[in-house]
Amino acid sequence: MKDTGGGAPASPPAPLVTMRKRRPFPTYILVFLLPAAGIYTLFMIYPLIDSLRVSLYAPEDGRRAFAGLANYARLLTDSLYAPRFWAALRHNFVFFAVHMLVQNPIGLILAVALSSRRLRGRVIYRTLLFMPTVLSFVIVGFIWQLILSPLWGVAEGLMQAVGAGAYFRPWLGMEGPALVTLSLVSVWQFIGIPMLLFHAALLAIPDEFVEAARVDGASGWTTFWRIELPLILPTVGVVAILTYVGNFNAFDLIYTTQGALAGPNFSTDILGTFFYRTFFGFQLQLGNPTMGATIAGAMFYIILVGVLLYLFVWQRRVQVYEL
Amino acid sequence: MWRARWLTFGVVVLLVIAGCQQRQAAQAPSAPVTLTIESWRNDDLPVWQDTILPAFMKRYPNIKVVFAPTAPTEYNAALNAKLEGGTAGDLITCRPFDLSLALFNKGFLAPVNDLSGMENFGDVAKSGWITDDGSTVFCVPMASVIHGFIYNGSIFKELGLSEPKTEAEFFAVLQKIRQDGRYAPLAMGTADQWEAATMGFQNIGPNYWKGEEGRLALIQGQQKFTDAQYVAVWRQLARWRPYMPRGFQAQKYPDSQNQFTLGKAAIYPAGSWEISLFRRQAQFELGAFTPPAPAGATDCYISDHVDIAIGMNAKTQHPQEARTFLEWVASQEFAELYSNGLPGFFTLSNHKITLQDPLAQTFINWRGLCKTTIRNSYQLLSRGEPNLENELWRVSAEVIKGALRPEQAARQIQTGLEKWYKPKQ
Amino acid sequence: MAHLVLITYAVIAMLPVLLIVANSFKTRAAIFSQPHLPPWPGTFSLIGYLTVFSRGNFERYFANSLVVTCVAMALILLLGAAAAFALSQYRFKGNTWVGLYLALGIMIPIRLGTVSILNLTSALGLVNTLWALILVYTAQGLPLAVFILQQFMRQVPRDLLDAARIDGMSEYRIFGLVLPLVRPAVASVAVFTMVPMWNDLWFPLILAPGEATKTVTLGAQQFVGQFISDWNALLASLTLAMLPVLALYVLLSRQLLRGLTAGAIK
Repeated sequence: MKDTGGGAPASPPAPLVTMRKRRPFPTYILVFLLPAAGIYTLFMIYPLIDSLRVSLYAPEDGRRAFAGLANYARLLTDSLYAPRFWAALRHNFVFFAVHMLVQNPIGLILAVALSSRRLRGRVIYRTLLFMPTVLSFVIVGFIWQLILSPLWGVAEGLMQAVGAGAYFRPWLGMEGPALVTLSLVSVWQFIGIPMLLFHAALLAIPDEFVEAARVDGASGWTTFWRIELPLILPTVGVVAILTYVGNFNAFDLIYTTQGALAGPNFSTDILGTFFYRTFFGFQLQLGNPTMGATIAGAMFYIILVGVLLYLFVWQRRVQVYEL
Repeated sequence: MWRARWLTFGVVVLLVIAGCQQRQAAQAPSAPVTLTIESWRNDDLPVWQDTILPAFMKRYPNIKVVFAPTAPTEYNAALNAKLEGGTAGDLITCRPFDLSLALFNKGFLAPVNDLSGMENFGDVAKSGWITDDGSTVFCVPMASVIHGFIYNGSIFKELGLSEPKTEAEFFAVLQKIRQDGRYAPLAMGTADQWEAATMGFQNIGPNYWKGEEGRLALIQGQQKFTDAQYVAVWRQLARWRPYMPRGFQAQKYPDSQNQFTLGKAAIYPAGSWEISLFRRQAQFELGAFTPPAPAGATDCYISDHVDIAIGMNAKTQHPQEARTFLEWVASQEFAELYSNGLPGFFTLSNHKITLQDPLAQTFINWRGLCKTTIRNSYQLLSRGEPNLENELWRVSAEVIKGALRPEQAARQIQTGLEKWYKPKQ
Repeated sequence: MAHLVLITYAVIAMLPVLLIVANSFKTRAAIFSQPHLPPWPGTFSLIGYLTVFSRGNFERYFANSLVVTCVAMALILLLGAAAAFALSQYRFKGNTWVGLYLALGIMIPIRLGTVSILNLTSALGLVNTLWALILVYTAQGLPLAVFILQQFMRQVPRDLLDAARIDGMSEYRIFGLVLPLVRPAVASVAVFTMVPMWNDLWFPLILAPGEATKTVTLGAQQFVGQFISDWNALLASLTLAMLPVLALYVLLSRQLLRGLTAGAIK
């Protein structure tokens, strides 16, 4: 059995096609790369750099003076910003943890169920399971707000039906549970994405591998752990990094349900809402583009660390298992 | 096959876009001048579309005006971005005080001092939209809103209650409603936080800090939020907790409105802007009473807050037409249409207006009975960080929930303010 | 077993949506007194829809969203696949750096650049056109597309491509050869670059808020905001806002998700 299971990548990963030395740079690479790089540079990188530049300047009106890292120092130490910043960062990690522990395992389970051979109604299941993902935050936010509303009583009624009515609380209004509740709403919405990625990866596994394992008498469980999981490890990495990155972009849901102040008492404040509030201002508070840009800059570095870890640690290690 | 389909689809789509753009271009030259109003009052869209704007366009047929509201929560950010990028409308609805002042200082709003009709507005009316030196007005005042409590007349009759005048009577009424058990005594939640400050703190507060006297003393640094008269307001709010609806921590603003208009709650801590919605939705008699007087008080005070004005985008393509519109806003005709179209928004001009809505009339009658003031966090005190108004939302909600004691709330507010505010002597 | 798992979760995914749709057809009193029940003859009411239909311009918004999403998605898939192909197939100087450069965009909330983007589009004369949205969304979607497609293109067997090269096929033809092989990845990229574009509220609000260029999400948001206290109209407009998305999704998912079952790499 080991021959087939572990032996697939027996030959070392095929070398990339090496360029012939006599032509310095082949035009077709440029044709492939330039259109994407061009649009991307003009409409994403340039505006972002232009805005990040702002984080290095002192926030005086009119003429801006170069201030180096002073704004970052202020963000990390000033009693006005530092507590909010660290709290928001912590909330981001809670949000991330809930997604890693709930969304991705369930997504994997669903993908495995969905990929089981000779499954009837696969198309229907796939369409239904991915459906919440296509709804907008505005709608998802409203739907769950209505369902969890103590006034409307839908969630409470459902819980009473299963004898758990006494455990109902106005979660979205409570400091402790609000963040976890919203994370779970986000899990509900986005579970389709890891499911689809895992599903695509599972379908890509040649049938012979799994068949061979079955013939050898391996149970479905063993086959999954020994053969399928190792083969989709690259996708596990992709899903993890997408979850990590996505969680820093999570703003809309909290903004829709809890508002820019991310109540109660800032308990659902993540870096996205903190950035929005600071950058654009809120109610009587005027926007502070400089500190807003600084928060965005800090987010950028936090995300960069995660992505670099993924690229240089995880991806190097799992390369071995690739087909 | 797959790619071919995409290609066909792409071509069709491009043709559609090209078609749309041509149609737009063709429309431009023949049409009359069109002015666009930026506003956060999306609730008012029907009144503007059906009543106010048709009246203007009848008088000035060559000017077409479009009311284009943005959701209140996005208004400030979206408006700023649109002004910076040059895509904002010709007429800008103005928030009071610093937000609009900042727009004026950046050159986005044009001065309106010399408009004919500005003489119809007094100093208080203009106070929300004037430069610090008092020289330039940059928005035409439209309306103020008054705080108080709206109640369900049927429930009051059924339980044999009468309008409370004092603090003690207020809590006696709440207690009776709670004992009956069928209705929530107060229709309010803390999920959105702002009701706690706006309908709570700023609503009942003026009676304790004596209106303008206290507000100006705060600005001049002669009073602090830790003084007894301010802590007392939070103490009152903390006493509301037993009378709040079940699960009020997650109850949002629209939830409270529905709870009240469905007849499930007796008293709604209110702003007068609720009147038109309540008229449309409530099937019972509505009444209103002023914030209850503290023990031993002789005068009464109400919050009559300058709330909304309209100005002109300094970069508009049609300054002449925009001025024409603003001058009409300063006229008797507009004051009447607006006050009656949107009962609960009271015109700030000196014109004599008859209000058709009896509840709106009740609110405006209080102007003759009590001294008026504006919310104490709006002028000057919310200019720095941490922002006083936002902090008041947070601590007031926390006090009602019982997560902060009144003294703690007062201390947090005062410390935050002192961090940046230097009293103006 | 598989069916049990799938049915359970399908119920969890569907129930909230059904709840909104069912209640949108009820009277205001029934919405509050019996939220769990479907509309019955006694509680059936279309009042919410009547309110909503008397205002708004939904067909127009829907067409705008369709154009923006489809054009941007076509651009993302075509250009993204080309770039991913170049990065995964050729070893050239700076390959890693170009890859990193393109991946940067996954991580940054593009809203940070809003003011600069607005200035840029107004300098190009694109404000209040659908092109402004198409270009921004393409730029926003490309990094993720390149990133994911690259992972999958690396898994395409080299022998196949080398054989094609020996046969004298041009690199462009080889790209055409690889594309169908990564169809599952293309399909999933398509589905979830589509979602944020369709659902975006921010850029339509800032770059193209005009009546002629309004997208369906912006229209729905203003609708929902307008009816926030009127639950009949709120639920009706939520339902109306969901239906086009769901219809479009069901329509496209047949196209896009089909690739998943058919084109897996063997």
